[in-house]
Amino acid sequence: MSDVLERVKRIVIDRLGADEADIKLESSFKDDLGADSLDVVELVMELEDEFDLEISDEDAEKITTVGEVVNYIQSHT
Amino acid sequence: MSKPLQGQVALVTGASRGIGRSIALALAAAGADVAVNYAGSESAAQETVSQIEAMGVKAIAIQANVGKTDEAEAMVKQVNDSFGRLDILINNAGITRDNLIMRMKEEEFDQVIETNLKGVFNCLKAVTRPMMKQRYGRIVNISSVVGVQGNPGQANYVAAKAGVIGLTKSAARELASRGITVNCVAPGFIATDMTDELNEDQRAGILNTIPLGRLGQPEEIAQVVSFLVSPAASYMTGQTLHVDGGMYM
Repeated sequence: MSDVLERVKRIVIDRLGADEADIKLESSFKDDLGADSLDVVELVMELEDEFDLEISDEDAEKITTVGEVVNYIQSHT
Repeated sequence: MSKPLQGQVALVTGASRGIGRSIALALAAAGADVAVNYAGSESAAQETVSQIEAMGVKAIAIQANVGKTDEAEAMVKQVNDSFGRLDILINNAGITRDNLIMRMKEEEFDQVIETNLKGVFNCLKAVTRPMMKQRYGRIVNISSVVGVQGNPGQANYVAAKAGVIGLTKSAARELASRGITVNCVAPGFIATDMTDELNEDQRAGILNTIPLGRLGQPEEIAQVVSFLVSPAASYMTGQTLHVDGGMYM
């Protein structure tokens, strides 16, 4: 859990320029972390590479918060 | 000669002959490695590949019907697997199925839309991922003067080519923030197999509408495409350049 969260955090910091302190499980990429829809697409691309999995467009559309990403990765790897 | 595209990789659709082949050769001359897409004529595609290799850059031929989503995706994957990157996409592949609206069959309309419009979307979509990651990409879509002026007997072709201009503008707005430019070239009547099919009367009629008084050469389109993918055009996106001897002003 913590390992996945740390790796997700690193990508979010890197990609969105967010402050580590602002990244919580309930943080919404768009509402809290300043991502636009293209940022979210890129985030998903990077997560796919980092965790070596394929996230379908349908699933990607449902992922809106940091916690949802962590849950998704844990149940798919 | 300077090589502004050295180290870059280009994919040109419909590059076995005509305008596509000229574009592929021009990009190779500017230093790019080139993937030559073709739909049917393998020997012509191999000839394009040989001409490119003679310029000292790499080339491969890839068979794919760009109108089919899975084939377009597989093609882009093959380019990435072969060259490890993809900087330039030229959406040139196109077909005609001319007929008067009254006589045009549903499949004639659908085939042209599938290859000439959906094919552009398919390839554009497939290259977006590698280009976004690179934070760099140059996409040029080939439209047509008839896409802005209309042409009797070509409702399907004209609809597709006008659609390409709109698609170009949307893609340009969507991808600009990631360093990807998307522009369009609208050729007039160019001396290729496609215009060889015109009869003498049609040819004479067309020449009357061209201020420069002659058909264009494929190289005259290729030079403009080369410009749009070069550093010289780095501040242009969403534009349509009309290369038609002055037909459309």
